[in-house]
Amino acid sequence: MTTLLRHRLFWPAAVLVVLLASNLIFSNNFFTITLQDGHLYGSLIDILRRSAPLVLVALGMTLVIATGGIDLSVGSVMAISGALACLLIGDLSNPDAVGPVLLVVGAAIALCLVFGLWNGFLVAVLGIQPIIATLILMVAGRGVAQLITGGQILNVRSEPYRVIGAGYFLAVPVSFLIAAAAVALTVALTRRTALGLLLESVGGSPTASRLAGIRSRRITIMVYVFAAAFAGVAGLIYSSDVSSADSNAAGNLIELNAILAVVLGGTALTGGRFSIAGSVLGAVIITTLDITAVSVGVPVETTLLFKAVVVIVLCLAQSATFRAKVFGRFGTRRAEVPA
Amino acid sequence: MLKRLSIAVAGGLLLASAVAGCGGDSDAGSGSGSSGGGDDKITLGFSQVGAESGWRTANTKSIQESAASSGIDLKFSDAQGKQENQIKAIRNFITQRVDVIAFSPVVESGWGTVLKEAKDANIPVILTDRAIDDPDTTLYKTFIGSDFVEEGKKAGEWLVKEYEGKSDTVNIVELQGSPGAAPANDRKSGFADVIKSEPKFKVVASQTGQFTRTDGKAVMETFLKSQPDIDVLYAHNDDMGLGAIEAIEAAGKKPGTDIKIITVDAVKDGMTALADGKINFIVECSPLLGPQLMDLVKKAKAGETIPQRVLTEETTFTPEQAKEALPSRKY
Repeated sequence: MTTLLRHRLFWPAAVLVVLLASNLIFSNNFFTITLQDGHLYGSLIDILRRSAPLVLVALGMTLVIATGGIDLSVGSVMAISGALACLLIGDLSNPDAVGPVLLVVGAAIALCLVFGLWNGFLVAVLGIQPIIATLILMVAGRGVAQLITGGQILNVRSEPYRVIGAGYFLAVPVSFLIAAAAVALTVALTRRTALGLLLESVGGSPTASRLAGIRSRRITIMVYVFAAAFAGVAGLIYSSDVSSADSNAAGNLIELNAILAVVLGGTALTGGRFSIAGSVLGAVIITTLDITAVSVGVPVETTLLFKAVVVIVLCLAQSATFRAKVFGRFGTRRAEVPA
Repeated sequence: MLKRLSIAVAGGLLLASAVAGCGGDSDAGSGSGSSGGGDDKITLGFSQVGAESGWRTANTKSIQESAASSGIDLKFSDAQGKQENQIKAIRNFITQRVDVIAFSPVVESGWGTVLKEAKDANIPVILTDRAIDDPDTTLYKTFIGSDFVEEGKKAGEWLVKEYEGKSDTVNIVELQGSPGAAPANDRKSGFADVIKSEPKFKVVASQTGQFTRTDGKAVMETFLKSQPDIDVLYAHNDDMGLGAIEAIEAAGKKPGTDIKIITVDAVKDGMTALADGKINFIVECSPLLGPQLMDLVKKAKAGETIPQRVLTEETTFTPEQAKEALPSRKY
């Protein structure tokens, strides 16, 4: 029991369960999943589908934070990728052909890779603090997206493009499958190879890592490229979901949600040890929170307060020091700082 | 030397990002930077809410085009939906000493201080399309725009007529605009005022869709699951309604038939959906107030008295009327 309680994902998981259970009180078919027009349909499916963009962004953010950095530009990169994709698809002679749409998707992600390289270059080569380096693209990137769309909302009609965010494969939402694949890829790369260890070592001490023979510069550039690529895919999902590119709303403030997801998942902002499962859990909690607020009928004016309260409760519950102070007797063991 | 060069480069980057940040502006940062009260051309500083919908884009275009055609030097700034950006823009306009400031407030409250600064600088302020919530009406010259309460009422009246003679309960879900924005508050209250006359109308859920398609879709998805019975959707703008239509279709229901949809705005995408029968009724909220605004700007600059409230001309659309109006729709 105590080992379970002390597992660092115990509290986030508990909060998620409580959130889901509280939905049950207000709508009794919350857990019902039915088949609708040949695809799965239900609130739980909504959670899986709608958390996909945040999971992707949080994945990239986890890797960046593991190296002791931070990436504020992910929201703008999302906006750019969606905007470019919609612009190019609008120019296609046949937007319903799969091949050209795939090319467009590839082009959008390629552009994001370039932005990732730019971030990595600023941080690793020029040695600019990550928060400043990525702030540049956060501000300018939104402008780039607006330039691409001409300040308008671009609407596209393309079945293959729509599939990315709103489609289903074998009755399962495609956006969920994309996010799941990204998680699997990241886990494989960081836990099945030495990469995860190298990341943690760079995050712990870049100098020591370099002296130990790790090319920390290259690793740092790589994580920013990863983050931008994942953000680009998230942007495609976001814009494809409603078949339009909105350069103002796309990915607005998602960088903060992603950082929150990473922190809720138990990864420290100081770098070093990281938890991919934790970040995914954090992202799902945030999405569930959004859906719960609507489903339970929290008044519009208090929605943000409601979210803040849940997050504060979770953060306090995660703090060993806080638990020790409040539940004095249980906390006689030495308070440990969660990794 | 190197230091100075790097500072110059950094400054250039900042400038570039600032200009890019203004989005689809016409001639905001460039050109006559030092224009002020001195020359004979009137300078208008305009701070737009953002480009959150097709409606807003049409509004921006109307203002830019009519400024150009009436020879007014327009300094355009996009607040990207944030009040702090807008306050910053207004302060900039004051420093640049423009002749008239016009803006479309992101939210209703919190304008006292910055408008007092404009008043002290003797720059007349015109509110466009959204009102502010301040007891001191001397802070601005006039407010030109639609009557959002009236729009909400028109939506309610159609609903009352549609369900005339039926006694079954009508379950309504509402997609509100951005919390605190005048159109959201007023469209909600106008609608509520009309339907409260008959107890059969019940608003079972009401949440914000932030005036965007994505949020409209997301919130409607949740409504469809948490509310077993939805007869009517009332969305505060077309875009949220269009997002909701996708959610309704994904749930295997027919928008316009299984769930009746009322929206406000009448932008082209919305009118197309109305003509297709996916939306049942649209209350118009015309964004083309540019020419009227430029008229007021000239009068304000000349010091003429102008009425405190100027209304834009508007109507409503049924599917049949939409089919007729669609070919000539500009936005």
